[in-house]
Amino acid sequence: MRHPQLNSHGELRHLLTIDGLPRDVITHILDTAASFLEVSDRAVKKVPLLRGKSVFNLFFENSTRTRTTFEIAATRLSADVVNLDVRTSSTSKGESLLDTIDNLAAMNADMFVVRHAQSGAPFMIAQHVGPGLHVINAGDGRHAHPTQGLLDMYTIRHFKKDLTSLRVAVVGDILHSRVARSDIQALTTLGVPEVRAIGPLTLLPPGLKEMGVQTYTDMREGLRGVDVIIMLRLQNERMRGALLPSAQEYFKHYGLTEDKLALAAPDAIVMHPGPMNRGVEIESAVADGKQSVILSQVTFGIAVRMAVMSILAGTR
Amino acid sequence: MNITLAGARIIDPASGLDRIDDLHVAQGRILAMGQAPEGFTAERRIEAAGLIACPGLIDLSARLREPGYEYKATLESEMQAALAGGVTSLLCPPDTDPVLDEPGLVEMLKHRARSLDQAHLYPLGALTIGLNGEVLTEMAELAEAGCVGFSQANVAVMDTQVLARALQYARSFGYTVWIQPQDPHLAKGGVAHSGPVSGRLGLSGVPVTAETVALHTLFELVRSHCCRVHLCRISSARGVELLREARREGLPVTADVAVHHLHLTDVDIGFFDSNCRVIPPFRSQRDRDALCAALADGTIDAVCSDHTPVDDDAKLLPFGEAEPGVTGLELLLPLTLAWAERHQVPLVKALARITVDAARIAGCEGGSIAPGQPADLCVFDPKQAWVVSPVSLRSQGHHTPFIEREVLGRVRYTLVGGRVVHE
Repeated sequence: MRHPQLNSHGELRHLLTIDGLPRDVITHILDTAASFLEVSDRAVKKVPLLRGKSVFNLFFENSTRTRTTFEIAATRLSADVVNLDVRTSSTSKGESLLDTIDNLAAMNADMFVVRHAQSGAPFMIAQHVGPGLHVINAGDGRHAHPTQGLLDMYTIRHFKKDLTSLRVAVVGDILHSRVARSDIQALTTLGVPEVRAIGPLTLLPPGLKEMGVQTYTDMREGLRGVDVIIMLRLQNERMRGALLPSAQEYFKHYGLTEDKLALAAPDAIVMHPGPMNRGVEIESAVADGKQSVILSQVTFGIAVRMAVMSILAGTR
Repeated sequence: MNITLAGARIIDPASGLDRIDDLHVAQGRILAMGQAPEGFTAERRIEAAGLIACPGLIDLSARLREPGYEYKATLESEMQAALAGGVTSLLCPPDTDPVLDEPGLVEMLKHRARSLDQAHLYPLGALTIGLNGEVLTEMAELAEAGCVGFSQANVAVMDTQVLARALQYARSFGYTVWIQPQDPHLAKGGVAHSGPVSGRLGLSGVPVTAETVALHTLFELVRSHCCRVHLCRISSARGVELLREARREGLPVTADVAVHHLHLTDVDIGFFDSNCRVIPPFRSQRDRDALCAALADGTIDAVCSDHTPVDDDAKLLPFGEAEPGVTGLELLLPLTLAWAERHQVPLVKALARITVDAARIAGCEGGSIAPGQPADLCVFDPKQAWVVSPVSLRSQGHHTPFIEREVLGRVRYTLVGGRVVHE
């Protein structure tokens, strides 16, 4: 069965997940992103690659930040951007997801950027739309956030050059994290030899071993000697309940502090997909410290999203 | 009408009979095999060389969607599907709208089925009012109206005290209670088997412990109250193991498995195929193999279609939002044959699992071919291949993971009460 994100020539038609994405496709996206990075430094921050194209941001789940980064990326490629807060409009009136998609496609959209609370929703949309339309998954449930995964790889490659000798730790609520899944899949595809997942057992999903990941419940042990630390956001509603007793206890055992950071390699970098909960998963001294590359991630994110959009627009 | 079925391979799992012979039907019942009795003249002769004639299939779980969900399916459409699948008796769970918790509803449903005069319908009454797990239904009244057992469909009884009492009450009258073992707390929010696939796809999981914890509770209750329980849709290897121990101990329990669970695993979800959204979820290959073996060695008594027609609006949704259930009446026979083929189960034994063994659990007539028995027959061509598609299915429900797949075994004639109702 052909992966729904590839066309019959094996080219990227949609970006739905990192899972199953060939290594050379990932590398191609990252290389393309490098060429766009310079655009953002220009006085006129625009290239005409997507001129005349319409990019629809379909956010079935709210996210101002991610939507904005896609909007900026599309605008810098000279596309017309339509933001639709679908959450509050059609679907709440009882229209089905596929009806909404058909209606928007009829407005001659060229690209859908989709965020949805249900894992797999962008797959359904991609399998439903006609041949001229491209779908980018901007986060679906707990499943995938491929552009975040790619920008994280860009960031790691930028600071670490060779990925094939790295130890990378992903820390926190991996169970509910689409970022973690996309990061892990990208890291293993790109040949990172050691990927670790750190968290309490209530926040580690089944199947990590099958994904090539070693799990640690003791953060100090897990951080020992790592070159990259990817911290994950802990959602407010999960801080107190049957998964975790309190944010305080979580921070004590799984929050990144300077003293825990000292266990990692001396030149280790610290990443976070944002938005951060300071004092819950990360201490301010670390978030703002010299090993933090969190703001670089944001900058690279624009270039990576430009790269994805331009590559998709060039595929039939 | 007097009918002679000529030259079919007659397989009667109840007696172990398996031979090529003529079969004569008169006055709605099996008259004789072999030589036509003195004075018998067939008004219709069906040439059945190369075909297999077995008792009409008995499906232990088929949702017909009436009353309440006529937009998903109707008695007419699903009875047609049943007959096209060789199913002549079917048991329907009580999760209709309204729930089958009142004798009047059961009578109405029986009446509707009788007026269609096709397959036999045996309703399972609700164990508790509205399936809400709080107040017991009037089981004796419901039984009088035609219920053959009492079930919670796939709604769990949250309160174990209510469950214990329901089992005791049913036992007072000798009724069987049909329970799908799934702990509602452990299964909460889950949409797929908890394992590497759900982990990778970010789908919330239903762990195997949801089944095993429920089984432990049920076995303890059965042990202490001696009530008869039929376990619906076992899904895991560990569940099979517990069942095997319980049977060895002599507990009065029987069990079934859904036919799609003999073939598919969580890997078949692929790219979020909502046709693979079922309750209980498709589990791992190890689980599937254990189910196949348990059905072969008799630890699991019977296989059913768990037929659940779902409309497009409810199925064409992201995996987690899609309504669970697949269409299956027409696939029960071919998928059972495929299981038998793959595991080298003799045909007589395989057909027993969808005829006489199911009849024994349901406590209904049928399931055997012997003089005097009702002439409910399924006559099929075991070698005929066909492709499952919305066009080839009679059911109003077109959602099944087997869509586009080629299966082997096509029903050619179905007889109910000596009448040819499908050909």
